[in-house]
Amino acid sequence: MASPEIRIPATHYPVERFTLPNGLRVVLSPDRSAPVVGVSVVYDVGIRSEPEGRTGFAHLFEHLMFQGSANLEKLAHFRYVQGSGGTFNGSTHLDYTDYYEQLPSNALERALFLEADRMRSPRITEENLQNQIAVVKEEIRVRVLNQPYGGFPWLRLPPVMFDTFPNAHDGYGSFDDLEAATVENATDFFERYYAAGNAVLSVSGDFTVEEATRLIERHFSDVPARPAPARPDFGEPDLTAERRSSYTDALAPLPAIASAWRVPDPVKDLPGYLPYVVLAEVLTDGDASRLVERLVSRDRVATSVGGYLGFMGEPFAVRDPTALVLSSHLPPGGDPDKLLTTVDEEIARLAQDGLAPGELHRVQARIATHLLRDEDSVLNRALHLATYEIQRGDASLALDLPRQLGEVTAEQVTAAAATLRPERRASVEVVPGGDQ
Amino acid sequence: MSITEVPDLAPETTLTLPESVEKTLGNGLTVIAVHRPSVPLVELRLRLPFAQADTAISSVLTQTLFAGTAGKSMVDIAAELQAVGGGLSAGGDPDRLLIAGNSLADGLPHMLRILNEVLTGAVYPANEVRTERERIADRLKVAAQQPAHVVARALNRRLYGDHPYASQTPEAEDVLAVETGVLRAMHDERLHPNGGVLVLVGDVEPHTAIAAVEEALGGWNGAGTLIELPPVAPFVTGPLTLVDRPGSVQSNIRLAMNGVSRTHADNAAQQLTNLVYGGYFSSRLVENIREDKGYTYSPRSGVEHSAAGTELSISADVATEVTAPALWETLYEMGRLATVAPGKEEVEQARRYALGTLRLGTSTQSGLAGLVSVLAGSGLRLDWLAGHATRLAETTVDDVARFAAANFAPANAVAVILGDAQVITPSLRAITAIEAA
Repeated sequence: MASPEIRIPATHYPVERFTLPNGLRVVLSPDRSAPVVGVSVVYDVGIRSEPEGRTGFAHLFEHLMFQGSANLEKLAHFRYVQGSGGTFNGSTHLDYTDYYEQLPSNALERALFLEADRMRSPRITEENLQNQIAVVKEEIRVRVLNQPYGGFPWLRLPPVMFDTFPNAHDGYGSFDDLEAATVENATDFFERYYAAGNAVLSVSGDFTVEEATRLIERHFSDVPARPAPARPDFGEPDLTAERRSSYTDALAPLPAIASAWRVPDPVKDLPGYLPYVVLAEVLTDGDASRLVERLVSRDRVATSVGGYLGFMGEPFAVRDPTALVLSSHLPPGGDPDKLLTTVDEEIARLAQDGLAPGELHRVQARIATHLLRDEDSVLNRALHLATYEIQRGDASLALDLPRQLGEVTAEQVTAAAATLRPERRASVEVVPGGDQ
Repeated sequence: MSITEVPDLAPETTLTLPESVEKTLGNGLTVIAVHRPSVPLVELRLRLPFAQADTAISSVLTQTLFAGTAGKSMVDIAAELQAVGGGLSAGGDPDRLLIAGNSLADGLPHMLRILNEVLTGAVYPANEVRTERERIADRLKVAAQQPAHVVARALNRRLYGDHPYASQTPEAEDVLAVETGVLRAMHDERLHPNGGVLVLVGDVEPHTAIAAVEEALGGWNGAGTLIELPPVAPFVTGPLTLVDRPGSVQSNIRLAMNGVSRTHADNAAQQLTNLVYGGYFSSRLVENIREDKGYTYSPRSGVEHSAAGTELSISADVATEVTAPALWETLYEMGRLATVAPGKEEVEQARRYALGTLRLGTSTQSGLAGLVSVLAGSGLRLDWLAGHATRLAETTVDDVARFAAANFAPANAVAVILGDAQVITPSLRAITAIEAA
C-alpha cells in the first residue's frame, strides 16, 4: 500500500477588522454553520510584565476580572454566561491574558455587555482579593505542589535559560508575593495594562458582520480611551555556553529532563521561525518521529518524549525571546546524560543527512490536521484571531498559516536542526525523590 | 451613556442536528456517518464491547495494537497515517475498547485501509510489547504519586466491591508479565466487528463514507459471544474511608452516590440536580467553598454513565487545614438540596445551561464524534438529543427536588478522603466516623 501524496487543504473563512475611536481593535469572523458564537477579549499583558516582588500577579489579576464589574455583583458574570447556555474562562500567558465565552448565538449581545462592563471597571475589593488569593494558592497546590513533575518544565526551564526577571521568574508566583498583593496594586495594573488601546475583541461564529458591528459599537464605544503602554523589550542574548541545572522533586518516582534552545523571533521573523515549528514535529510527533523512534522504541532511554515551541506550548501566541523545548521522562535508573548525547546524535544526523523521502510532507500533512481541528471550534478561532491581531497586527495570518507551514522546505528544517547545538542549550533535570 | 442593564437574550436558536446515515454491515459492524463539513477533516471513533477484559492485558493491547502487522512496522503504520494527516490510537475501560483518530477528509479511505490491516493482522511484536509494557509500568509508578489517581482507585474499590468497575487500572507486575501470545489471544477473542460501532464525522458525504468503510473493513470478521456486565449494586454507605498520604499539602475529598441511566425517566432531572449542586461554576458547591470561602480551586460534581450503572460524584481538592470544614460545607449543601426544594430561577438557569451546551457540544466535528460514539454505547442515536432537550424543557422544580431527596442525601453518600491522616483525622472525627483504607 503506497502512501498517497495528499493535497493539504487551505482554510477559508472571512476575517473583518476595524478599530473603534477609543482604540479597541475588533476582529470578526462569521460562520453560520452552527448556532454558536465565540467571544474573546485579549489584553496585551502577561506574566513577563508583572512587577518584581509581585510574581503571579498577572494571573491573580485575571481571577479578579471575574469578581464583578461596574454593573455586576460578584458571581453575576458566571451566572449570566452559564444561564445563557454558555461556557467561559480566562487564562494568563507569558505575553497576553485572554477572557472568553462560547455561547448559543442568541446570547451574543449579553456576552459583549459582560466584556465591556469589566473593560470599563472591574470591582476589586479587599474581600474579593483575599478570596481569590486563597483560590489561586489552591490552584498552585493542585497543579504544582501536590503533583509529581508539577510545573515541569514550563516553570523550571526559564530560570535556567534566562537571566532577567521578566523571562526567568515563576509565573504562578510565590505564596509570599501573592499574599502581599494589594487592592492598590490591582487598580494600578488595571489602569496601566487593561486599556482599550491595549486590547483586541474578537467574535467568531453565527452572526452577520453588520449586526455584530452595531452591537459592538453599542457596548464598547464609550469605554474610555486609554492608550497602550509602551511594551518593553524583553530581549536577552543567546546562550554561548551550555547551562544545566537540576532539582529534587519529592513526589517524582522517575527522572526527567528538559532542554531548550532559543529560536528566531516568532513575530519579526516568522519565515525564519516556521522551520522550527516543523522541526519539533519531525523530532517528536508520534511513533514515526525521529526521537520517539530512537529514544523510546529503539534505545529505551526514555519512556516519553515531547517537543514544542514556547514554554507554554503555543507556537503562534508568544513573542521573543522564546525557545524550542524537548522534554523527556526516563525509565527507572535512566541516565539523563546518555539521553542528551543521543538527542545530540539524532539532531546531528538530521542536520547532516537531511530528511527521508516523504518525511517532510507527512509531517506537514499532520500539522495541517492539527491546525484545522483546532480551528473547528468557533472559540479557538476567535482566540487565534485575537492573539494574531494583538501580537502581529495581522488576524488574517490564521488563513495563511497552513500555506506558509506547507511551504517550509527540507533545507530549512535541516538548517534549523543544525542550530540546536549543545552550547546553545539550557537543560533542567528532575531528580526523583519519590518512592522508587 | 454606557449601557448598565444586562441585555435580554435574542430568541432561542433551534437545535439542528446534522445529517446522519447508519448501516449495519454484513460482518455485524454498525457504521454511523455524520456530515459536518466545517473543516476538511474526518473524525473516527470505533467502539468495541470490552467487558471483563483483563486490565493488564488490555492496557498493553491498546498500546501495541498499532505496533506492527505482517507487512508493516510500528514506524511504517504511523508514517502512513501521517501521510494523510492522520493519527489513530486506542484506549480501554471496563466497558469498551475505543480506537479514536482523525485525518484530512481526502485521506479517509487510506486511514480505513490501515485500520483494517491492524484489526485483521496486528502481530504484537515481542520487542515492541516489551518496550510498551515497561512504559506502562513506569506510568503506573507516576500515577501512584498523583493524588487524583490514588483517590479514584480507593473510591472505586470502596464503591464497587466484586464488580469489574472496582479495579480499573492494572498492577505493574501483571503488566510486565504480558506477552505476545496472550495479546493475540485477546485480539482474536475480542476485536471482532459484531457489536462494534464505527462513527465517522466530518467533511465526507455520509453514503460515500459508508461505502469506504464497506470496501476497507467488509472483510474484517470473526465473532465471539457478547459479554454483559452485571448491574452495579447499590453503594454500601458507612464510615468515611481515609487514605493516608503523609505530608500532603491538600486533601482530596470524594463523595459518590448511585445515579440513574440515560434512558431512565429521571435522567433530565438528574442532570439539572447535578448542575444546581456542583455540575457547573454557577452552582451551590462552587459558590460556597470556592467563591465564598476560598477552600479550593476546582470543586465539582458530575454524572458518569457506564454500561452497568451510573455514578454521581462530588470532588474537591482542598488545603489540608480546611479539610473538615470543606467536607462539612459539601455535606451541608447536599443536605440542603435534599431537604429544601431549589428556587425556580436556579433550576431555570441550570436548564438554560443544559440546553445551550447541547448546541456547543454538537458544533465541532470532534465534539459530535465523541457524543455519537458515547450515545451508541448506551444504544442511543443522535436524535435522542432532541427528545432529551424536550425532557429538559419539561422537568419541573418538583422533579429536581424529588431526585435530590433520593440521590443527593448525605445519608446515601459514600465518602473517601486522601490526605495527611495525622493532621486531618481529629477534625474529621467531629463530623463522621472514619475507617482507614
